[in-house]
Amino acid sequence: MSKAAEGAAPMVRARNVHKSFGPNEVLKGIDLDVAPGEVVVVLGPSGSGKSTFLRCINHLESIQRGFIEVDGEQIGYALRGNRLNRLSDHAIAVQRRKIGMVFQQFNLYPHMTALENVVEAPIGVHGQPRGEAQAYAMELLARVGLAEKANAYPRQLSGGQQQRVAIARALAIRPKLMLFDEPTSALDPELVGEVLSVMRDLARQGLTMIVVTHEIGFAREAADRVVFMDGGVVVEQGPPQAVLGNPQHPRTRLFLSRFIEKV
Amino acid sequence: MAAASVEIGSGEAALRDVANAHQPPAWGRWLLWAFVLAVAANFAWIAAHNPHFGWPIVGQWFTEASILRGLGVTLGLTVVAMTLGTALGLVLAIARMSKDRLFGSLSGLFIWFFRGTPLLVQLIFWYNLSTLFPEIVLKIPFGPVLASWNTNDLITPMTAAIAGLSLNEAAYMAEIIRGGLLSVDKGQVEATDAFGMTRARALRRVIIPQAMRSIVPPTGNQLISMIKATSLVSVIAMADLLYSVQNVYNRTFEVIPMLMVAVIWYLIITSILNVVQGFIERYYARGERGTGGADKAPVRVEEPA
Ligand SMILES: Nc1ncnc2c1ncn2[C@@H]1O[C@H](COP(=O)(O)OP(=O)(O)O)[C@@H](O)[C@H]1O
Ligand SMILES: [Mg+2]
Repeated sequence: MSKAAEGAAPMVRARNVHKSFGPNEVLKGIDLDVAPGEVVVVLGPSGSGKSTFLRCINHLESIQRGFIEVDGEQIGYALRGNRLNRLSDHAIAVQRRKIGMVFQQFNLYPHMTALENVVEAPIGVHGQPRGEAQAYAMELLARVGLAEKANAYPRQLSGGQQQRVAIARALAIRPKLMLFDEPTSALDPELVGEVLSVMRDLARQGLTMIVVTHEIGFAREAADRVVFMDGGVVVEQGPPQAVLGNPQHPRTRLFLSRFIEKV
Repeated sequence: MAAASVEIGSGEAALRDVANAHQPPAWGRWLLWAFVLAVAANFAWIAAHNPHFGWPIVGQWFTEASILRGLGVTLGLTVVAMTLGTALGLVLAIARMSKDRLFGSLSGLFIWFFRGTPLLVQLIFWYNLSTLFPEIVLKIPFGPVLASWNTNDLITPMTAAIAGLSLNEAAYMAEIIRGGLLSVDKGQVEATDAFGMTRARALRRVIIPQAMRSIVPPTGNQLISMIKATSLVSVIAMADLLYSVQNVYNRTFEVIPMLMVAVIWYLIITSILNVVQGFIERYYARGERGTGGADKAPVRVEEPA
């Protein structure tokens, strides 16, 4: 069911990823491949390590075992002959520049207008000329339905509007991969739809996306693959009809049963 | 029930409409105002008619050349020491917050020492540095000498004053700035990291502008303390404002009028600074709810240069 051509090099390749915070082992050996253009939705109970895994992909957290590759490059490390060297902070920053991220709490820059938020990285990090960056930013704001709010500050926008600006901001760097960490969990229920509809459009346009969410409906419609995580491991994965319609693992069944009344 | 009675007639509904409400006169407040103003006016009257204040003498000396030179020294020292102190304070704050143990402890040591000793003592030390170290030498530890200076040539009252004031200020500003940086939401740092911004750019564009909201008010405080702290440099023979008025009253014995000259000048400077601080605070409060116009401001896309 994957949109990606069979045999294409994966956009993300995670192998045996382990991560601990002190004595607390949060990721206990995650293996995951994401093909270019694929939309993977990660489900799982709170505390199962979903956010941590997402943050390891762009090295906001470092991992203790295994490796993660994005677009053919190992994140955070480089192989020199037979030696694996840790990369400098600057080299890691450079690796992150092709990965867009959308946060649960939006994390827009509150002292900048929507437009300034969107052009900040393209101009300041990617060195695009201001005019070009602003034109593309306006195009993106229009795409998320907020062209007329370009000069509004984040606090003058609703949560749904802020999150759509945050999505435009992440798209502005023309990312090869987009990470969404519970993008609708901080929103009032009536605002969830507008954000999900923007994300559905992106999925249709072939952007590679990893989405952590509790929106089962979104997973069913937009995902190429659903990954169910619990206790720091991938318990079950597959096409949405299979994982959501006919879960094999008891923990998946238990988790999904809590959403039955919601969907 | 009141709610029920409102619905009885439209006449009463109009009467109860808060849009038509009046503010009853607050006689108590007016009385208090009148009393406070009367007391203030009385004080002003007494001060103006008390010959010991020597207002004609104040007027005569207020803009006298040596006083204005002293004022210039006070302002110049304040600006230079505050600028250097803030710049060094920023470096110290960033060093103290860095994950690097070495930078963190060095910065902590600096702050501990310069906040922990009296400014007056620091000034005297700097001024008398040549008795401790007759020569200042730049060399590789246990290695060859790269350059050397005679301390007496380097340390004039001016350089001693600048060094003493700005190093002391840096220690205080470091803590103010660190507090400001800590007040910024962690999600902001995370966003700059996720976008691959360099540390320096993240600080300049995202973190510091937000930290300014909590940095500016205590910095205003520091600046005003600094203006008055510069008067300490009179002990190392720097001719600042206070030193200049002392110079005059040591000859004329008009102590109170001359001190009034200094007091009025200090008050004028602080008043101006208060106004400026208000503007700066409003600038950094942009993006707060209720400021700026989302709907009023037209969308403006700059043309490529
Ligand atoms: N920075 C951190 N320091 C210590 N523990 C953390 C940190 N971040 C997450 N954890 C722990 O890791 C576990 C998984 O967290 P998280 O990845 O946020 O789960 P999820 O996103 O699936 O709800 C939780 O037990 C949480 O307490
Ligand atoms: Mg989470």
